Amino acid sequence: MKLSNMIVLGLVSIGAAAVLLPFVWMLSISVKPHAEVFSTDISLFPRSPTLQNYWHAIAETDIPLYLMNGVIVTGGILVLQLLFTIPAAYALAHREFLGRKALFASVVAALLVPFHVTAIPVFIGFAEMKLLNTYTALIIPFTATAFGLFLLRQAFARIPAELIDAARIDGMSEMGIAWRVAFPLGMPTVIAFAIFSVTAHWNDLFWPLIATTDPDLATPPRGILFFRDEESGDDIGPLMAGATLVIAPLVIGFLLAQKRFTQGLASTGLKG
Amino acid sequence: MIRRWTTDIILVGPAAIALILFIFLPVLIVFVLAFTDYQFGASSANWVGIENFADLFGSDLGRKAITNTLLYAAIVIPTSVGLGLLVAVGLHSISKTLPRFSNALKAIYFLPVAATLVAMAVSWQMLMHPSLGLFNHWAVALGFSPVEWLTDQNTVLYSLAIIGVWQSVGYNMVLFLAGLTSIPDTLYDAAEVDGAQSGWSRFWLVTWPMLGPTTLFVLIVTAATAFRVFETVATMTRGGPAFASDTIVYALYREGFVYFKAGYASAITVVFFLALLLLTVIQLLVVERRVHYR
Amino acid sequence: MNGSLALENVTKRFGSFTAVDNISLELKEGEFVALLGASGCGKSTTLRLFAGLETVTEGDVKLQGRDVTKASASERNIALMFQSYALYPHLTVAQNIAMPLKLRRLSAVQRLPGAHLLSAGVKSQEEDIQQAVKKMSEMLRLDQLLDRKPGQLSGGQQQRVALARALVRDPSAFLLDEPLSNLDTQLRAETREEIRAIHQRTGYPFLLVTHDQSDALSMADRIAVMMAGKIVQVGTPAEIFNTPATQEVATFIGHHRMNILPAGVAQQLHESTSGLSLGIRPEELTIVQEGGLPATVDTVTFHGEETILKLRGPNDLVLRSVLRGRSDLPNEGEQVLLGANRNALHGFDSDGKRAEIAK
Repeated sequence: MKLSNMIVLGLVSIGAAAVLLPFVWMLSISVKPHAEVFSTDISLFPRSPTLQNYWHAIAETDIPLYLMNGVIVTGGILVLQLLFTIPAAYALAHREFLGRKALFASVVAALLVPFHVTAIPVFIGFAEMKLLNTYTALIIPFTATAFGLFLLRQAFARIPAELIDAARIDGMSEMGIAWRVAFPLGMPTVIAFAIFSVTAHWNDLFWPLIATTDPDLATPPRGILFFRDEESGDDIGPLMAGATLVIAPLVIGFLLAQKRFTQGLASTGLKG
Repeated sequence: MIRRWTTDIILVGPAAIALILFIFLPVLIVFVLAFTDYQFGASSANWVGIENFADLFGSDLGRKAITNTLLYAAIVIPTSVGLGLLVAVGLHSISKTLPRFSNALKAIYFLPVAATLVAMAVSWQMLMHPSLGLFNHWAVALGFSPVEWLTDQNTVLYSLAIIGVWQSVGYNMVLFLAGLTSIPDTLYDAAEVDGAQSGWSRFWLVTWPMLGPTTLFVLIVTAATAFRVFETVATMTRGGPAFASDTIVYALYREGFVYFKAGYASAITVVFFLALLLLTVIQLLVVERRVHYR
Repeated sequence: MNGSLALENVTKRFGSFTAVDNISLELKEGEFVALLGASGCGKSTTLRLFAGLETVTEGDVKLQGRDVTKASASERNIALMFQSYALYPHLTVAQNIAMPLKLRRLSAVQRLPGAHLLSAGVKSQEEDIQQAVKKMSEMLRLDQLLDRKPGQLSGGQQQRVALARALVRDPSAFLLDEPLSNLDTQLRAETREEIRAIHQRTGYPFLLVTHDQSDALSMADRIAVMMAGKIVQVGTPAEIFNTPATQEVATFIGHHRMNILPAGVAQQLHESTSGLSLGIRPEELTIVQEGGLPATVDTVTFHGEETILKLRGPNDLVLRSVLRGRSDLPNEGEQVLLGANRNALHGFDSDGKRAEIAK
C-alpha cells in the first residue's frame, strides 16, 4: 500500500474514532456499576461491566413504556401517511383531473414548510378540540406529508402508463391499481420513505414536547428528558442504559440495512 | 363523469384536506398571529402591527437568539461541510484498495444521522460533565485546566456547535461521496495525460469544479439544519446559561409554549420561515446551475 | 529498437487476472498502427500501458529508445483521445484546449486567475498559449465555438475539441481510444478521413484502438490483432485479411464470417488437406456445376447488392455463401454443389495455426 493511502487511512480512522466516542461513552457508562460511574478515577472503558443498569431501566423505570409509545406513534404516523399518500400520489402521477397541476404545485410549495412553522396554529387547534395529551395529537398532524407525496409521485410516474392501462382493461378499480400495482412497484421508494418517516418521528422532540405533558404518553426522546429530570443526577447508569435502548432500534436497523437507510435519509436533502 | 369525479375525490381528497388543514391553513394563521398580541387561552387578541417584530429585533433577548443562531451556523456550516468533504475524499481514495474498511468507516460516520439526537445529547452531556466527564479528565491529564463546557457563557455555543458538526458530518459525507462517484474516471485520466502530475492539481482541475453543484447543495442543506438547532439546546442547556445558548427555534418554543405568548412566537416563526425560504431560493438557483454543465 | 514508442515483453496483471500477457508492440516514427480486438481482449489496458495510466507488471516501455517504464503519463508526453472525449465540462472549449499547455508551462501559482496581471512572464506565456489554441482551433474548424461549454456542443464538435486538446502540445505519440464508436455512420466516414489527414500532416506515431475491423482495415498502416491478452498477429491490413495467422483471426476479420470446413469434409473440396480444416470466405464460396461439395439451400436472403445463401453441407455443416450481382439464384430446398478458387482456401492445423496448402 502506498504511503499516501496509509496517511489517509490514519486520518479517517482517527475521525471515525472521534465520531464513535459518544456512542462508546454511552455504552460504557451503561454497563458501569454505580460506584464506578461516580469514581473520580474516570476511564473510557468499564472495569467491571454489569447489566444491572439495564435491568433497572427495564424493570423500575418507564423506559419500556416510552419505547412502546414510540412504536405506537411512529407506526400510527407511518400507516396513516401511507393510507393518505399512496392513492393521492398515484392519482397525481397517472390520472388527469381538474386541479391536478394546482395540487402538485401546492405539494411542492408545502415541501418548503418545516413543521416548526405550523406548530403554533396546530397547537391552538388541538387545544380548542381538547385533544392535547392524546395519541391523536402526536400522530394526526403528520398525516399531511408533502415530502411523501412528492417522493411517491415521482416514483409512480416512472411506472409505464401502459401497465396502468393494462390493469384498467383487466377490470381493476382505480383504488385497486393504486394499492396492487403502484404500491408494490414503487416499493423501493416506499421503503426509503418509511425509513425516513420512522427515523424522523422516533427521534423528534419538538412536537411531543409541545403536544404532551403527560409522561404516560411520552415518546422515547421526551421520555429520556422526563427520566433525566427526575433522577437528579444519581441514576446516570440507568439513564445511559435507557438512552442506549432508545437508539438501539434505529442503529441496529441502520447497521443491517445500511444502503436503504442511507438512501432513505439522504433523500431528506430535498425536504425544506 | 360523476363517477370519475368521485374516484378522483376519493383518491386525492384525504391528502389534499390534510395538506390544507395541517400546512397551508396554519401557515396563514401564523402570518396573521404574528401581528397580534394573542396569548394561548385568551378569548381575544389585539392587532399590534409590527410590534412583535420590533420586539424580536429590538430586545436584547430577541437579538441574542438571532445572533446565537447565526454564530452557531457560522461555525457549524463551514466545519461540517469542510470535514464532510475531507472525509469523503479520503474514503473515496481508499475505496478501491480497501473497500470493506472504507465501507465500515462510512457506516460509522453516518451513525449519528440515524441515532436519536436527544439520547446522544445525554451522552454528550456526560462527556462534557465538569467533574465526571471524559473531556475534562483528559484535559487535566494533558495538563490543561478543566473547561466549563456547558456552564460558561463564552463556551456553551461552541460546545453545542461541536455536537452539531458531529451530527451532520456523516450526512454531508454521503452527499459528497455520491458526487465523487459520479465523476467519470476518464476525466482524471485526461488530467493526468494533460500534465496534472500531483493529486493536488488533479483535485483543483477535476474534483473541485465537478463537485461544485454538490458543494452548494450541501452548504444549503447544512445551513437549513443549523438554523433549526433545537434538540441539543432543549436537552443540554435550555438556552442557558443566561441565554448564552438561546437559539431561534428554542426561543420560539419557550415564548410560545412555556410563556404562551402565541403572537410573539408567531413573529419568531415568520422570521425563521423567511430565512429558510431565502435558502430555498438559493437552492433553486443551484439546481439550475447543476443542470447547466451537463 | 528504434521504435518511437514500444512495449517490450509486457505483462499486466490485476490480482490473479492477466489482462495483457507478454506482448511486444512498437509504433515507429510516422506510423499508423491499429490495435484490433473484441471487447475485453485487453486492448484498452494496452493503450493505458502505452499512455502511462497503468504501470506494467513485467516488461519495459521505451520512448525513442529511452526507458520510460516508470514514467508517469505526463512525463511521457503522450496525447490520448478518450472514447468519451473526457472534456472538462466546467471549462470552455478554449480553456479545454489550453489546459495541457497551461499545466506544462505554468506552475500552480501561475495558473491562479489573474496571475497574468501581476507577472509579465506569465502574461507572455499566456499569450503564447492563446496563439497555440487559436491555431489549433482554426485547423479543426472550432474557432466559432471557443466560448462554448462542452455540454452545448454536438458529438462531432466535442470530438474535434478532444482532438485539438490532444494535439495542441506536440506530443511524442498520439493514442486514440475507439474514436469513432460514438458517431453516426455519415460522421464516421468523414472523421476517418479527417484522422488520416491529421496523421499525414503531423507525422506523429498513431495508435488506434478499436473493435471495429473496418476502422482498422481502412485507416491503419499496420494492424495488431489482440485476443485474450495476447497479440496474435501483426501485419498490414492486406496481410491480415489475406493470410490470417490463425483460425480465430480468420473468423474475426471479414465483414461476413469465414466458413470453416472441419478436417474430413475439407478433403471433399481439396484432396491434399489431410488433418487440416479449411477456411473459405463466404464471398469466395460459389455454386459450381460439378466436382464440388454437395449442399442443400436452406434460406436465400436478398440484401440488395448481394444475396446471402445459408446452406447445409455434409454432416449438417452450416455454410454461408455471398453472391453478388447474379440472376440465376437457386431456390430454397434445392441441391447444389459448392466450390471455390484454390487461391481462396485457407488451411488450418488442429491447433488453429495457419498451414500452407498446395495451390
